[in-house]
Amino acid sequence: MEIALLYVAGAVLLGLAGVGVGVGVGVLGARFLEGIARQPELLPMLRTQFFIVMGLVDAIPIIGVAIALYIMFAVVGG
Amino acid sequence: MASGEPLTTTGYIKHHLQNLTFGQFPDGTWGLAHGAAEAKAMGFWAIHVDTMFWSVFLGALFLWGFRKAAVRATSGTPSGFLNFVEWIVEFVDENVRGSFSHKNDLIAPLALTLFVWVLLMNLMDLVPVDWIPEIAKLMGIEYMKVVPTTDPNATFGMALGVFVLTLYYSIKVKGVGGFAAELTMQPFEAKNPILKVLFIPANFFLEFVSLVSKPVSLSLRLFGNLFAGEMIFILIALLFSGGAVLAVAGGVLQWAWAVFHILIVLLQAFIFMTLTIVYLEMAHSHH
Repeated sequence: MEIALLYVAGAVLLGLAGVGVGVGVGVLGARFLEGIARQPELLPMLRTQFFIVMGLVDAIPIIGVAIALYIMFAVVGG
Repeated sequence: MASGEPLTTTGYIKHHLQNLTFGQFPDGTWGLAHGAAEAKAMGFWAIHVDTMFWSVFLGALFLWGFRKAAVRATSGTPSGFLNFVEWIVEFVDENVRGSFSHKNDLIAPLALTLFVWVLLMNLMDLVPVDWIPEIAKLMGIEYMKVVPTTDPNATFGMALGVFVLTLYYSIKVKGVGGFAAELTMQPFEAKNPILKVLFIPANFFLEFVSLVSKPVSLSLRLFGNLFAGEMIFILIALLFSGGAVLAVAGGVLQWAWAVFHILIVLLQAFIFMTLTIVYLEMAHSHH
């Protein structure tokens, strides 16, 4: 029972991290493309900013992924 | 692997995530811990020898390499390594000029140091996970975690350094009163003195949280990204124990993840530098 709960915890962590980063990077990418479509000459500047913000958006979910993998393989696995 | 223990998946992962810890045993003697339980029993006064060694080594490598380039610098066309160093220095300089608007000679060297140092520490992640620990094992060292940035102690150490600089420049530029006012007089502002006093606790709470969350998020972001990357490398390395087909798949996966990871490695070093500049810029500007 407890082991099953740990697996569920890891799965929830992974899944919610995926949902969150999907929405976040999706919105970010959409705006990025809109921005380039409107002003293609700003592409180099926008690309840098895009990667910075993507790194910021990415950070918390990737921590969640790390903890989920740790739970599923190191805490539970045998 | 730890001597005598049977090789299991969990044991393999835990072995890779264990730092070489030096500290005081509960019985009062000093030495290296053999395993996670002993390292935990050492409590606060323990030091991760491998993290210290690799971070100091890579820091020294950065200083040595960049000094060598600086000494050889000429006014002619640079080539090879010299060109590379010049490109990095220009890149950092451009970024500092872009986001830091005050006069402070410390910021650009600090940004350069943080960027290159974090980058070098992150790049250790691309060395296959078993190479250096196995060599260390041959030399009789039980644990070896080669990526300093996957140890929260290293990232928190750097973030605390930045935090202390932020406080120092906040007080130096704005004075103790100015800094205190910044912490207590906004975001809720009022002309009425009684209302002003009433707003102090709420303002202080909000500003204090945002002040403390800066170093915490700065360090956890770097640690989390590199820890996740390392974790996935370790899981991929597990495939090599599962026969020829899985080993080939593992090789392909390791290459693919390493290529993808280069992006994260560069990006996180860059973000660490950028956020440091931004925090110090905030410390210098008046409200």
